[in-house]
Amino acid sequence: MTVPMLAVETRQRLLSELPREKLAWMLARMCEIRYFEEKAEDLYVRGQVHGTMHLSIGMEAGSVGSIATLRPEDLIIHHHRGHGHTIAKGANLTTMMAEFLGKEAGYCRGRGGSMHIADIAGGNLGATGVVGGGIPTSVGIALALQMRRSDKILLSYFGDGASNEGEFHESLNMASTWKLPVVFICDNNQYGMSMHVSKVMNIEHVSERAASYGIPGRTVDGNDVLAVYEAVLEADERARSGQGPSLIDCLTYRWRGHSKSDRNLYRTHEEIDEWKTKCPIRRFKGVLTEAKIMTADETEAIDQAAKAAIDRAAEEALTFPEPSPENMEDEVYAL
Amino acid sequence: MTTREITYLEAVREAMSQEMRRDKEVFLIGEDVGTYGGAFGVSKGMLEEFGAERVRDTPISEAAIAGAATGAALMGMRPIMEIMFMDFLTISMNQLVNASAKMRFMFGGKCSIPMVIRAPSGSGTGAAAQHSQSLEAWFINVPGIKVVAPSTPYDAKGMLITAIRDNNPVLFMEHKLLYRQKGPVPEESYSIPLQSAEVKRQGRDLTIVAYSIMVPRALEAAEKLAAEGIEVEVVDPRSLKPLDTETIVRSVAKTGRVLIAHESPVTGGFGGELAAVIAGSEAFDFLDAPICRLAGKNVPIPYNRTLERAAVPQVEDLVAAARSLAQEGR
Repeated sequence: MTVPMLAVETRQRLLSELPREKLAWMLARMCEIRYFEEKAEDLYVRGQVHGTMHLSIGMEAGSVGSIATLRPEDLIIHHHRGHGHTIAKGANLTTMMAEFLGKEAGYCRGRGGSMHIADIAGGNLGATGVVGGGIPTSVGIALALQMRRSDKILLSYFGDGASNEGEFHESLNMASTWKLPVVFICDNNQYGMSMHVSKVMNIEHVSERAASYGIPGRTVDGNDVLAVYEAVLEADERARSGQGPSLIDCLTYRWRGHSKSDRNLYRTHEEIDEWKTKCPIRRFKGVLTEAKIMTADETEAIDQAAKAAIDRAAEEALTFPEPSPENMEDEVYAL
Repeated sequence: MTTREITYLEAVREAMSQEMRRDKEVFLIGEDVGTYGGAFGVSKGMLEEFGAERVRDTPISEAAIAGAATGAALMGMRPIMEIMFMDFLTISMNQLVNASAKMRFMFGGKCSIPMVIRAPSGSGTGAAAQHSQSLEAWFINVPGIKVVAPSTPYDAKGMLITAIRDNNPVLFMEHKLLYRQKGPVPEESYSIPLQSAEVKRQGRDLTIVAYSIMVPRALEAAEKLAAEGIEVEVVDPRSLKPLDTETIVRSVAKTGRVLIAHESPVTGGFGGELAAVIAGSEAFDFLDAPICRLAGKNVPIPYNRTLERAAVPQVEDLVAAARSLAQEGR
């Protein structure tokens, strides 16, 4: 698959336009996502987590680069591999870790877990575990924004596998027909569990599908946080100005297996190792130091602060009490 | 209150219109609900009053319609989603079962999904297997969704208003054969609590628990049996979930005999749940005969008129079953 690279001049423009604090924010979130995932894996291996998890190690640029374009009041809806979006949208790390650990103090009071973290108050309208299941819901969220004449927009995330679901087709068509304020973002890690995209669609890029809905479609280097930022920002402006949705295909790679049951039988270690050389965090650090926006010490300080924040969050969350099964049935329905 | 005779269909339309006038967050979304006025004419005239934004025609995309309703409800609006035929909810199921019903609980009670799914259901129109089903049992088994199946114009209006104001997904079943039935309905807005079964006819000899189209059929059967000296009590749960068990149990404890009637197939149908509720209640000690079910046969709804009638309980079937139950053990 060919990946269009961000033009040198565009990168330079972004690096000069974006405030240093913003760039530091992006790097910090990417590092937090990486350390959160590694901590999650570690807790799992040590038997402290009940259930499964879907790690996005290697995919940090997609969630951070896109959410960095948003205003604080904007909204996201995402999917089972959603730790990255949640952190990028500004989740409290301890509350998030508590949810991962199934604690009452977690975002969903231990009812949702890794696959369903939502921070409604923070504009994170939740992760759906059914592939593509969040896409139709995002039509309704964006419809409500439009009907209320809001200037907020929604980023709707799904994976490459989801783009083969009927719900994808129905939803992109509807959102396009109604010019809804939503940006559809495909976190294209190239595998739907074990199936490589090339085996399950007869086109090169998911973004080509945009043509059938009469909306712009772009494939971007999903391991380049600035490339993602640039593409999504353009799509945001279109959505916010009433011109309707876009489809952004962020080409990336997950280093870990699909979930904990994965033995990587469908890909080679060489392939995984090759993608590790394209690590989005290391790349972004290099960009920042090369442009002399930060020194290596400064990027390292951000990195270590992120690690410490995750360690603190986990340490604290582990001490939280378990939820009680009492009155569980009373919570199913709203009064 | 000014009461006049209107049809079930008009009662549904009036409930929607009055709620849309009262609350700007309420809107109707579905296939051909606008210019066409709905496949059955339920929303006729609403486009003219409320405009295309709030009486919203959609592409033929049942999953996206359900998603649009779910997402808008998550944002605090109160969508009424019309599915053209209940059978087509099969295409909406992922949104309804995995999103609408679960979001509140799954996200720790921090959101609610106030939406209504209006679903024309049932057989008797010659529309065959894919346009005639009554799928309430599927939804009743999903925590997070309420299921309502009113049988009269009065109940339809009052319960639809309640459903629209409810803060949860409510599946509102409208039997197609009921659409043209007339009954007294107040012009003013009123609401009927969901969890309120109603005794539609008093009787001492046996109870028929029936909902939706089975209510008028049970009432007709009761008239016929009255001529034979058998007095049937007809109880209409109106809402299947939440269920007013008290009214049902009280009636069965009084008559000592119960026939449960519904149109959907008997196996795995809601009648089994009703039977278990009754058997596990204080009415058990008053039973003079086994709990009896009369429901749809375990077949897809056939096209041919004779076959179609034979697939679901008709008045004569109710008469025969009730007569036999009334005589059992005497």
